[in-house]
Amino acid sequence: MFTYTLRRLLFAIPTLLIISFVIFALLDLAPNDPTGDLPLTIPPEVREQIRASLGLEQPFFIRYLYWLQQFFINEPLNILERLTGWQFGDGHRMRVLSWATRSPVVDLIVQRLPQTLWVVGLAYLFGIMIAIPIGVISAYKQYSIFDQIGTFVSMVGYSVPTFFTGVLLIVVFSSWLQWFPSVYDTNLEVTDFSSFLAQMRQMVLPVAVLSLYNASQITRFVRASMLDNLHQDYVRTARAKGVRENAVLLVHVLRNSLIPVVTVIALGVPTIFSGAIITEQIFRVNGLGQLLIVAVQGADIPLVQTLTFIFAVLIVLFNLIADVLYGILDPRIRYE
Amino acid sequence: MSDTTLVSAPPAKASSPARSALADIWRQFRAHRGGVVGLAVFVFIVAAVYIGPFIHRVAPNAINIRDKNQWPSMAHPFGTDNLGKDMLAQVLAGGKTSLAVGFTAMLLALFLGTLVGVLSGYSRRLDGPLMRLTDLFLALPLLPLLLVILLLFRDTLRAAFGPETGIFILIVFVIGVTSWMHTARIVRGDVLAVKSQEFILTAKSSGMREYRIIWRHILPNVLSSIMVSATLGIASAIITESALSFLGLGFPSDFPTWGRLLFDGANFLQLTPSRVLWPGLAISLTVLSVNYVGDAIRDALDPRSLKR
Repeated sequence: MFTYTLRRLLFAIPTLLIISFVIFALLDLAPNDPTGDLPLTIPPEVREQIRASLGLEQPFFIRYLYWLQQFFINEPLNILERLTGWQFGDGHRMRVLSWATRSPVVDLIVQRLPQTLWVVGLAYLFGIMIAIPIGVISAYKQYSIFDQIGTFVSMVGYSVPTFFTGVLLIVVFSSWLQWFPSVYDTNLEVTDFSSFLAQMRQMVLPVAVLSLYNASQITRFVRASMLDNLHQDYVRTARAKGVRENAVLLVHVLRNSLIPVVTVIALGVPTIFSGAIITEQIFRVNGLGQLLIVAVQGADIPLVQTLTFIFAVLIVLFNLIADVLYGILDPRIRYE
Repeated sequence: MSDTTLVSAPPAKASSPARSALADIWRQFRAHRGGVVGLAVFVFIVAAVYIGPFIHRVAPNAINIRDKNQWPSMAHPFGTDNLGKDMLAQVLAGGKTSLAVGFTAMLLALFLGTLVGVLSGYSRRLDGPLMRLTDLFLALPLLPLLLVILLLFRDTLRAAFGPETGIFILIVFVIGVTSWMHTARIVRGDVLAVKSQEFILTAKSSGMREYRIIWRHILPNVLSSIMVSATLGIASAIITESALSFLGLGFPSDFPTWGRLLFDGANFLQLTPSRVLWPGLAISLTVLSVNYVGDAIRDALDPRSLKR
């Protein structure tokens, strides 16, 4: 198991290098010019100097290597320095600067991360918590009314895009009933009970939209996996030797059925960061997804590169975690 | 469209005593209530989108500023938008684009996925590199990359092919190129299973050319999983296109798609909620029905259920 993990980790390095190259090359090939927005009155030689100050006169491959060094060595060191207060070197490393705000990209990301984690992470958690019981009951009482309704709702939740459910919830709950605000206010600080209540109220709609979507996806997996296990011989054996039905269902079958579900959940974690772009956009949650949209619209290449690459790192990482988890949880799986 | 033509053809054959495999599948498919309803809804939507404009003869882009922001009425069954354009006509026109994008992107993804899947399943030499490529694509953060590609290459393609065709080509290409991986994996697995069977060996020993073996023996046997991928592919392509349009990076406003209509309508939510409702409902119903059809096809093709 350990050697397998190690091998996978080693294999992740070339994968990430290739992905980083793809992202870098794609953005570099792009027919756009960061000085394009500047006034036309700027003389060409000054424009050249501006381009040089942005590092654009270097050949492609050199810039790529610089970027790699920046991303893998300098910025992690900066974060470590900030977290621990230690000093590495002289402390005057280059930062990846956003073209639009001229502030370090990493700082922007650190500012936006809490909102995303709160709203989207909570929604993922809720989704899992709703999905598992529904999936278990649906499978146990297959073809019952509960199962029919549950399967239909999960199919609807899985098919209806979040940008429609989000807008629909805003129409009903913000516009008609006026129960919840439709815009997420990041400036709100939780200091007392009333502000805590306000925070809860503004989180209800985005969390509801995303939970519905996550729950309906996971429910389908839980149900299918439970159904696979319910008809296995070991279930009959357990019943035959007189194990109580609750124990059969919740100990024997559920534990076995959750093995594939856990990997699906692990694979879905990166979408907490990247997949909620649309929901963040609808409810104006200024998290990572919204940052990406703003960066894309403003052609802020360094910011887009960094964000996209962070998402890629997360995907590769959680793919690895899912595979390793699967091996740990299911002793039948052997990675040679 | 492959699924509709395929499942609507066989009933004539079903009455004949010797049941073909397709008739068997159709019989299984009919047993799945959700699938039949889904197919009916999907056929209805397609028919409405293509025949509707001949019945509801209002130009989708006709501006009539006096009738702006109207709620549904007899003259405008879905209401009007802030420029007085008729919403029903716009939803129908938008559906044409959305469905076209869905179908073409699905076909492209299917083609790429089948190509990669068959090649890597059939040829041992290509298997490693192609599967690594698939893994690599699966590790790409797709939505961010789609946004970036759209943003960067939009103007170039627009200049080359005109505003509508350019964006259409770009979106179809981008969605197709980023959604073939699951098809490839499934097809590869199936090809590996089929390849080890004896009739392939027979074909080989009788001197059949490799590409003929793939075309005549392998492809027909993996068709079932390709069909399931096809239905799921349409659904995800339609959703992706709508999402891109919803983020304002898809088609331009004067060239409506369902996602774009939803995006434009979202700003007039309190004034005319129906502007959001209809396109959203159209997307949801289409995707829901296609997903149900996919489910039914998968059940129908499942050998465990065929035994029944």
